[in-house]
Amino acid sequence: MRTEKSPVIRYVALRAVPFIQLYALYVLGHGEDGPGGGFQGGVIFASSFVLMALVYGYGTGRKGAPEKITDILAPAGCVLYAGIGLICLLMGGAFLEYGRLAGEGASEAAKHSAHHFGLIGIEAGVMITVTASMITLFFEMARDAHVDHGQDDDDGEDDDA
Amino acid sequence: MTLLTLLLLVGLAVAAVRVRDLLAATAILGAYSLMMAVLWCQMNALDVAFTEAAVGAGISTVLMLSALLRVGAKEGRRGSHILRHPLMTMQELATTMRRNEARRSAWGSALVCLLVGAALLYGTIDMPRVGDAESPANTHTKVAEHYITKSHDEVGPANIVTSVLGDYRGYDTMGETCVIFTAALCVLLLLRQTGTARRRDED
Repeated sequence: MRTEKSPVIRYVALRAVPFIQLYALYVLGHGEDGPGGGFQGGVIFASSFVLMALVYGYGTGRKGAPEKITDILAPAGCVLYAGIGLICLLMGGAFLEYGRLAGEGASEAAKHSAHHFGLIGIEAGVMITVTASMITLFFEMARDAHVDHGQDDDDGEDDDA
Repeated sequence: MTLLTLLLLVGLAVAAVRVRDLLAATAILGAYSLMMAVLWCQMNALDVAFTEAAVGAGISTVLMLSALLRVGAKEGRRGSHILRHPLMTMQELATTMRRNEARRSAWGSALVCLLVGAALLYGTIDMPRVGDAESPANTHTKVAEHYITKSHDEVGPANIVTSVLGDYRGYDTMGETCVIFTAALCVLLLLRQTGTARRRDED
């Protein structure tokens, strides 16, 4: 972005990123017992890339989450969610009836754990879509406006076209 | 405490509208979201508070900042490379319209605001008190009671909000996920320059 950031900011930001991402995964996994879930986790995960972009420049931030990957992940989350519903359907249950993932006539305990995995699965789907979408939103909005110092070459020339 | 939060909210909202520097307005809106999160906490809606803090105060502030990079941070000032995108022409249009109408419709706007505000206040008179067990939402269909008493056995998670979002209202959550995806898709279609557009730009 504008000028070289202070070394303190650069140091702290770089080391905060893994913790932010770990926290995002915790929020996802902990969603069943406390506040949180796929949506919040996804937003927090995406914010770690935004932080990288704000401190180290557009190119460095985008390198962590390349276009090709986020473009695939954004619909993939929706597909994962709907896919779990579809599998329940194929197993003979209703759409998104997670208990059916254990198979027909399964014990209560098996159904319970199948339910658990179904919920985690759809939450993960939500998180994947939200993460990829938020990253896309931010980087596409910031694309033309950014002025980088040489790390990013592919559209630096667009700015003064 | 709730009253203090509400007063702060009103103050921040007025400040966000009054301030001319859009950068400051964005920061104020972030603070507004954070106060909203505090308010949700006071109402024991932790999941909502969490979302408000992460999305409202976090991501959407950053998104607005990146939008400001495109359109310029001063209200009514032209960005440096306007007319590149449909969004920019719209901003320019809005600027021109604002200039033309500047003072003329101030009283009309005030009247409309007051009327709508009065109508909304009138509407709140009929609403049940917060947490009222006798409110129609709680007595009519008994859904809330069902969720609170049965969700642990039927679904499992200790957090009822998760049970409702992921299981009882699973369809809705799937739709919401698709909405998020659609938002990203729209931004992609509008803003990403690929193939012919990029080549045309370079000529």
